[in-house]
Amino acid sequence: MLLIVQIVLVLAVILVSLVLMRGGTNARHLAIRRIMLMIFAVAAVASIFFPNVLTSLASFLGIGRGTDLVLYATIVSFFVFMATTYQRFRHAENALTALSRRIALDEAPKPWAEDRH
Amino acid sequence: MNRTWVVIPMYNEATVVGSVIEGLRPVFPHVVCIDDGSSDGSQDIARAAGAVVVQHPINLGQGAALQTGIEFALQDQMTRNIVTFDADGQHRVVDAAAMVTRLDAGEADIVLGSRFLDDRTQIGPMKRLVLKTAAVQSRLATGMNLTDAHNGLRAMNREVASRIHLTQNRMAHASELVHQIAEIEPRWVEHPVEIIYTDYSKSKGQSLLNSVNILAELFFR
Ligand SMILES: Nc1nc2c(ncn2[C@@H]2O[C@H](COP(=O)(O)OP(=O)(O)O)[C@@H](O)[C@H]2O)c(=O)[nH]1
Ligand SMILES: [Mg+2]
Repeated sequence: MLLIVQIVLVLAVILVSLVLMRGGTNARHLAIRRIMLMIFAVAAVASIFFPNVLTSLASFLGIGRGTDLVLYATIVSFFVFMATTYQRFRHAENALTALSRRIALDEAPKPWAEDRH
Repeated sequence: MNRTWVVIPMYNEATVVGSVIEGLRPVFPHVVCIDDGSSDGSQDIARAAGAVVVQHPINLGQGAALQTGIEFALQDQMTRNIVTFDADGQHRVVDAAAMVTRLDAGEADIVLGSRFLDDRTQIGPMKRLVLKTAAVQSRLATGMNLTDAHNGLRAMNREVASRIHLTQNRMAHASELVHQIAEIEPRWVEHPVEIIYTDYSKSKGQSLLNSVNILAELFFR
């Protein structure tokens, strides 16, 4: 059972990461990220007031302790965070490159213009 | 020779770039250096040696510089060929000239330099192993039967150049270029070139550490 949960979690990580990695910055992906953040926050608060809820959820999934469940969720969020941050970074870098290249080319001397006099 | 622009990515090469450009100009009068914010005065030396200097406002890397240089050269409507050449004196002008001759003869649309087609290049066993691995990997990934996938000396005609769009600003541009060539499906040949490992290029070279980057980028693309 534990193995199955672990495999499902790993698959979830890969799937969610891939989905979020492909799109990047559009509204749908932003919404998904916000929903996930909300769920995570609610679960975190709930675990403070009702530690048993998490633990029983965890044992229902066959993981054991609630802390382990939180750990798995943290790992998933971390991978998603890494993937989206990488994606945003690439977008920003591409934009910066395009801008810099435009400046460089605009300011460059163009010796062939003189050939035509 | 049809009009050929030599594109040189340049970053802090003040001690050598002047003589490199002076060596090129009798054969290739049109030389452009893409500078990435060198802090050692490379720009002035390159200009004094007769090159056009195009300056990135911030450091973007060698791949970005190549793309900028290609776009610069394509703005010149007379341009027929573009050569990419290193600023650090590791490439030979005679090799570049022979490659352009093959372009002008209509033998190929792009000529790729390879240091493994003859035994002129003196290269250490570790570096050879890394470069060979990279070549095998790119062969498997693209089906192009390359012997040297990380050679900065290339000559291409206008049509191929206008279809290249490098987005990998740093080291990974080399394998990205091979992938794009495989997509474009031009007529390509490899040409034997000598890579000169001077004390200067070795001292600058993070060579073996750089190999780690090359391998990492191959397997974690
Ligand atoms: N524009 C630009 N050129 C660079 C940069 N890094 C290296 N180069 C140039 O790229 C060429 C090859 O660099 P080098 O470090 O010798 O790489 P290697 O010979 O492939 O190991 C040289 O002409 C360098 O001056 C960079 O960040 N920006
Ligand atoms: Mg070099």
